[in-house]
Amino acid sequence: MTASRRLPIACAALFLAGAGLVGLLVGPVSLGALPILRSALSHLPLLHVHSPLSGPDDAILWQLRAPRVVLGALVGGMLALAGASYQGVFRNPLADPYLLGIAAGAGLGATLAIVYAPDVVHSYDLTPLAAFAGGAVGVVAAYALGRSAGGRSTASLILAGVTVTSFLTAVQTFVQQQHSQSLQEVYSWILGHLDTAGWHDDALVAPYILVSAVVILFHRRVLDVLSVGDEEAATLGVNVRRTRLVVVAAATVGTAGAVAISGLIGFVGIIVPHAIRLVLGPSYRLILPLSFLGGAGFLVLTDVIARSVMAPAELPIGVVTMFFGAPFFGIVLRTSRSFA
Amino acid sequence: MVALRNAGLLALPLALALALVPAAAPARTAPPQRIVSLSPTATEDLFAIGAGRQVVAVDDQSNYPPNAPKTKLSGYTPNVEAIAKYRPDLVVISDDANGLSAALSKLHVHTLLLPPARSLGGAYAQIAKLGVVTGHVSAAARVVARLRKSVSQIVASVPKSARGLTFYEELSPDFYSATSKTFTGQVLTLLGLKDIADAADKTGSGYPKLSAEYIVAANPDVIVLADTKCCAQTAAKVKARPGWSSVRAVQDGGVIGVDDDVASRWGPRVVDFMRAVAHSAQIVAAKKQ
Repeated sequence: MTASRRLPIACAALFLAGAGLVGLLVGPVSLGALPILRSALSHLPLLHVHSPLSGPDDAILWQLRAPRVVLGALVGGMLALAGASYQGVFRNPLADPYLLGIAAGAGLGATLAIVYAPDVVHSYDLTPLAAFAGGAVGVVAAYALGRSAGGRSTASLILAGVTVTSFLTAVQTFVQQQHSQSLQEVYSWILGHLDTAGWHDDALVAPYILVSAVVILFHRRVLDVLSVGDEEAATLGVNVRRTRLVVVAAATVGTAGAVAISGLIGFVGIIVPHAIRLVLGPSYRLILPLSFLGGAGFLVLTDVIARSVMAPAELPIGVVTMFFGAPFFGIVLRTSRSFA
Repeated sequence: MVALRNAGLLALPLALALALVPAAAPARTAPPQRIVSLSPTATEDLFAIGAGRQVVAVDDQSNYPPNAPKTKLSGYTPNVEAIAKYRPDLVVISDDANGLSAALSKLHVHTLLLPPARSLGGAYAQIAKLGVVTGHVSAAARVVARLRKSVSQIVASVPKSARGLTFYEELSPDFYSATSKTFTGQVLTLLGLKDIADAADKTGSGYPKLSAEYIVAANPDVIVLADTKCCAQTAAKVKARPGWSSVRAVQDGGVIGVDDDVASRWGPRVVDFMRAVAHSAQIVAAKKQ
């Protein structure tokens, strides 16, 4: 890695660390910065620092706030990384992680589970699994349809994604409308919910996201080659179809895991990669790792806003990502050189 | 001259109408015999005051009493044709969704709008109103008198030591709650309890979404789970939530599950809801001493 790439990545890592610290320090309950830092140090071995926090305060910090910060980082990083890789393999600036029907599929899976198997869902907490399965079904259907429609362009795949999304959304809306008693539960799932996360959720989703991230980052050079066009990439020795399948599969698995735990959080997958692209240029060797770090920090910070701006009430995280994300992206768009 | 002629023209129908009133009056005041209720609370009210036999259809959410003629009609997305099929002479609604009452008036069907009550007084007034409209005035008055008596008994059953205890009423597992400005929150403050959601309602919606951190820090003495049916929440599940085991209500057995429907309606079963929470407050207050 050259020095020109090391500096931005170090900056992004610093940004994520800072965001994590802010995430721990700020919340509806004021615990004081010093006690929080001392409590954090007390969890490190060999330092022998005593936590000054009382039982309930300690629970608020380590059982409620910390797992939420970690989940925000995992999900935000994954969504931005998946968005960047979709934009790369499809060479389409508007591609986002939900492009291939994953959001609609996950929404339908969760709705079906909540409506038709409420007892099973409630006793075993199966909504994430149903959402994961639904998201996978959506993407496989879109991929199969796009491939069978043929055509060498990626346009048929994107259109297939739009088609599958419309159909699954229609089914989901129908089921939800027929069972209005479940409306509230379905709705609150869809709006996105980092707010009920515990360490259990983090542990559940981390493996999917980390494996997916490693696979995608492994392909960062190939994505640069792919950006010159399918045929040109093929003459340069890249197996275009295999690369596209592997990257899409990895991004899908990671996104499905993120969606299953946290619901649908819009816009992160679009604005974070583009902001990075506008500032630092089009190389995926930079965009991919920076998207993961930047997306992680971005969602942690927006979640801080979600839980503190109306404190002690909360805003749904999806509202905040769009409300603050859109103007932020507008500024980046205006001050950058050109839209590549 | 012109004005005078106009006045004369107006006078004729007026006189006709006046002449017709005595004949029409009995027909108009005859109580409706084919009532459709699209409001679960109104359904409970109607059956409580003895107007159940006049009810021909109730909406898909009207699950109480069990003998109410439940149909697939929806109060959220009402379909005028589907309602008209039951040939109603009165439709009771809690929300005039999609211009329903205007559409029904075209079919010469009366609607009675009984929106969510804001206080016990409002709930009593709706029962009385239904009594007048359906011809069960004295039965409705008896129901209201019985409710008033029950409420004062329940309020009196809460010991002085329980006054000022705090409560958190949970409407969904993502921490939507109700302030004391809402009906469901207000009836609990009548018991002398304090609502922790009040501090969080900056927009005045009455139903703020709280953060878990705030609830744990507020450390309520009583937790009322009004999401037992929708979302299968239980005291055991609350205890297992990360960080919640330190909350006073969890430690003192102050977590109580109630029927979501009873907690969200403003009908005669409100006293069951109040009684259950009062019982919980008694237990917590006894533990404190």
